[in-house]
Amino acid sequence: MDFTFMVGGEAGQGVQTVGYILAKAMSRGGLYVFADQDYESRIRGGHNFFRVRTSDSQVQALSERIDVLIALNKETVDLHRAEVKEDGKIILDLDALKLDKDEALFLNVPMAKLALDTASTKLMVNSVAMGAAIGLVDYDFELLGKVLREQFAKSGQEVVENNIKAARAGFDYVHQQKKGEFKNRIKPTFAGKRMLISGNEAISIAAMAAGCKFMAAYPMTPSTSIMEYVAEKGKPFNIVVVQPEDEIAVINMVIGAAYAGVRAMTATSGGGFCLMVEGLSLAGMTETPVVVVLGQRSGPAIGLPTRTEQGELEFALHAGHGEFPRAVLAPATPEDAFAATVKAFNLAEKYQIPVIILTDHLLASSYSSIEKFDLSKVKIDRGQLLSEEEVNKLGDYKRYRITESGVSPRALPLQGKALVVADSDEHNEEGHIIEDAETRNKMMLKRLRKLNGLKSELGEPLFHKAPKAAMTLIGWGSTYGAIKEAAAILQKDGLAANVLHLTELWPFPVEAVSSALNTAPKSYVIENNATGQLARLIRTETGIKATGNILKFDGRPFSPEYIVNALKKEVV
Amino acid sequence: MVTLDDYPVTTTAWCPGCGNFGILTAVRKALVAVGLAPYQVLIVSGIGQAGKLPHYTKCHTLNELHGRALPAATGAKIANHELTVIAVGGDGDGYGEGGNHFIHAMHRNTDITYIVHDNQVYALTKGQASPTSDIGYVTKTTPEGAWAQVNPITLAVASDASFVARGFAGDIEHLAKLISLGIQHKGFALIDVLQPCVSFNTRNTFRWYRERVYKLDEDATYNPNDRAAAFQKSLEWGDHVPIGVIYKKDRPTYESGLPALEETPLVKQPLLNPLQFDPLLEELL
Repeated sequence: MDFTFMVGGEAGQGVQTVGYILAKAMSRGGLYVFADQDYESRIRGGHNFFRVRTSDSQVQALSERIDVLIALNKETVDLHRAEVKEDGKIILDLDALKLDKDEALFLNVPMAKLALDTASTKLMVNSVAMGAAIGLVDYDFELLGKVLREQFAKSGQEVVENNIKAARAGFDYVHQQKKGEFKNRIKPTFAGKRMLISGNEAISIAAMAAGCKFMAAYPMTPSTSIMEYVAEKGKPFNIVVVQPEDEIAVINMVIGAAYAGVRAMTATSGGGFCLMVEGLSLAGMTETPVVVVLGQRSGPAIGLPTRTEQGELEFALHAGHGEFPRAVLAPATPEDAFAATVKAFNLAEKYQIPVIILTDHLLASSYSSIEKFDLSKVKIDRGQLLSEEEVNKLGDYKRYRITESGVSPRALPLQGKALVVADSDEHNEEGHIIEDAETRNKMMLKRLRKLNGLKSELGEPLFHKAPKAAMTLIGWGSTYGAIKEAAAILQKDGLAANVLHLTELWPFPVEAVSSALNTAPKSYVIENNATGQLARLIRTETGIKATGNILKFDGRPFSPEYIVNALKKEVV
Repeated sequence: MVTLDDYPVTTTAWCPGCGNFGILTAVRKALVAVGLAPYQVLIVSGIGQAGKLPHYTKCHTLNELHGRALPAATGAKIANHELTVIAVGGDGDGYGEGGNHFIHAMHRNTDITYIVHDNQVYALTKGQASPTSDIGYVTKTTPEGAWAQVNPITLAVASDASFVARGFAGDIEHLAKLISLGIQHKGFALIDVLQPCVSFNTRNTFRWYRERVYKLDEDATYNPNDRAAAFQKSLEWGDHVPIGVIYKKDRPTYESGLPALEETPLVKQPLLNPLQFDPLLEELL
C-alpha cells in the first residue's frame, strides 16, 4: 500500500490543519507517513497544499502521484488534476466551488450543506472533508475522531463535538452513497506507535534535551517554528527565548550568553544568516561555542521565501571573515536532525567553535512518522569546561592557553575569581590585544589545530552499496529519502546504483567519499540548487569530478520519480 | 575592601593626553566606590580606541565587534544576572554602527551600564566624521562638512532609557559619580561622556568643552524624573552643555520579566536530565 492524499486551497482555508490531522490519523493507525507542505508567502488567498503520503512500509519522500485530492477551491482542481492517478478521486463540493459539470474524476460531497446540517456552521466544512476522505478509503473513523478531539480540545467541548459530527457526516455520506466509486482501501495496521514530527520539532526538542538554556532568534521562514516551539514548550524548563531587533543582535546575544556559560543557539534562514556572518567570525576568534540552525530557502535575496533550496552549502562553509574552524552538519531526516542537534552542542563546547546545522524548508516543515527518540542516548559533553574547584586552584587563568589540541580549558565569569578575557582582536594567552607576528602565528595555529580533533568526531557518510552498481548517487541533507527511493526504483528497472549521502559536511570526510566514489564507474550529484555546490566541494576536496549533476532550483523538493526520470535521460 | 589597587592600569595604546585616560580612571573609581571586585564585573566593549578600555585594567572582558557590545552584554546579563555588566564603546560604535542595538537596548531595559566615549570623531581610523560630529565639521570624508548630528541624549529620552546622563572626561570625580550611579541603577543606564580627541578633533577640545559644560546637579530646580523637562534639557548644545543626570525613570528590567531567572541565574541552573523532555515526545505520538 502506498497512498497519497493531497489537500489544496487558499491560505486561510485550513489546508495545513486538514493535512496534518489526516497525517496524524494515518500515523496513529500504525502506518508510515511522509507529509510535505507547499504554501505561498501570504496569509490569505493564493494556493497552498499539504500532501500526505502513507504506506505500510517506511516512506521518506513525497510522491507526485495523488490518490485522493481534497479540493477546497476550484484552483486546486485546475492545478493538480493532472497529478491525480487514473483510479484516483478529487473530493470536492460542486456547489461550493460553483462547478456545474460533474466528472468521472470528481467525487462530489455537499460539504457545505453537510456542515450546516450537522454542526450548524459552514466553518466545519474541513472536518466534513476529512471524514469523507477517511470514508472513501474505508479507514477507521475512530482514529480520525480521536485526533480531531485532541486538535480542537483547546477550543472547547462544543467545537470538538461539532467537528466530530461534521466529520462523521462526511464519512457516512461517502460510505453510504459513494462506496462503489473508489476501490482502494487503507487499513490501519496498529503496528508500532510512532511520533509524527517535523524536522524543526526534532531540532527544538533535541536542543532542549541537550541543555540549551538560551535562544535568540528573529522570525524567518522556515526557522520561525523553532523559536516558537522552544518559547512555548521550553518555558517550564526555564529556557529563555529572546527576539531582538535583528539577526546581528541575535548572534551577538548568543555569543554573550555562551561566553557567560550557558548553551546557546539561534535558528534562521539565509538572509538572517547573512547578518550573522560577522558574529560567526567573532565566535571563531573568541572561541565561543554557538549553535546556528541555518534553514535554507530559495534565494538569492528574498527569493521564494516559503520554498526549499540547498543553495547555501558553500555559504555555510565559508561564512565569516578570516579563517577559523567550524563544523557544518546537514541532517537528512528528523531522526538525524535530532542526533545532529545534540552533537552540535557537544562539538561546539568541546572545540569552542561555531557549529552550523544546515537544514532546508523541506526538512524543517515536512512531517515523518518515526520511532520515539531514545532520550537516554542523549549524552551531554561540555568539553574542557572547568569546575569551580579547578578554577580556584588555577591561580592566574589564561583563557587562550596554548595546548596541543588547540582547545583551552574554559572558565566562566563568577566561577571563582578567575578573570575571563575574550577578545575579537588577535590576542595573547591571557586574551589581551597583541600585534606581534609570533603570537599571531601561535594563536592561528592553536585555533586551527582544533580541526584535528574535530575530524575524528565526525561519522562516516551514509553509503548504501548496490551489487554491480553502474553508478553512485550522491546527495546531502534533506534529499536522502528521495534519492534512496529513486535508487530502489532504478534497481527494479535493472539499473543498480549506490547511494552516498553526506550529513556531516565539514570537516569534509575526504577518505570516505573518495573510497565510496571508487566503487562504481559513474557518479551523479543530486542537489536542490542551480550550480552543484556539493559536486564542487567533492572535486575540491577529493579531486574527483562527478559524471554529472541532477539539479533542481524551482523551490520545490525532489520526488523519487523526478530523480529517476532525470537520471534515465543522463544515462541514455 | 576593594581599592584602586585592585584595578591596576597596564600600558595602553592611547595617545598621550587622550580623554580615555580620564574615563578609565573614572570607571576604576566608580567600581571601587560601589565596592565591586574585578571578578564581579564584566566589561563588554566595542571596537575603536574606547573598545580597548577593559584590556587596560582588570575585569572580565568580552571585547566584541564594532557596534555590537550591547547585544553581547544583554546575552551575558541574561545568562548570569549576578554579573555587573558594563558596556563601553565610542560614538561611532554605539550611535552609528550599533545604532539599532542602542535604541532597542534602551527600550528593553536590561541592567547594563553603557559608557560611550563621545569624542565626536572617528579616531582609530584617523579622523572621519562621526554621528555626533558638529554640523559643518569638515573631515577627509566629509569635505562639505558633517551634514547631520545625532543627539544621543534626546534619542535616549525618546527611547525611555531608564537612566540618562552626560559626563565630561575632564571632570573625573563628577564622571566617576555618574558611573557609580549608573551601575547602581537597576536598568539600562546611558552615560555619554564628552571626551576630546587630542589627535583628530581640533574643534571639540578640552578647552571647548570646559568652557561650555555646566553641572545639572547644581540646579536644585531640575527634576530628572520629568520627561518633558528632560527632553528640553537634552536639546541644549552649543554655548551651554549640561552634564549630570538628565533623565531617570524607574521601570522593570527585562530580566525581571523572565520567569526562568526568578530563583537563580541561568548559568547556575544544572542541566536537566534529558529524560525530563519525554512528555514533549509523548505529545507527538
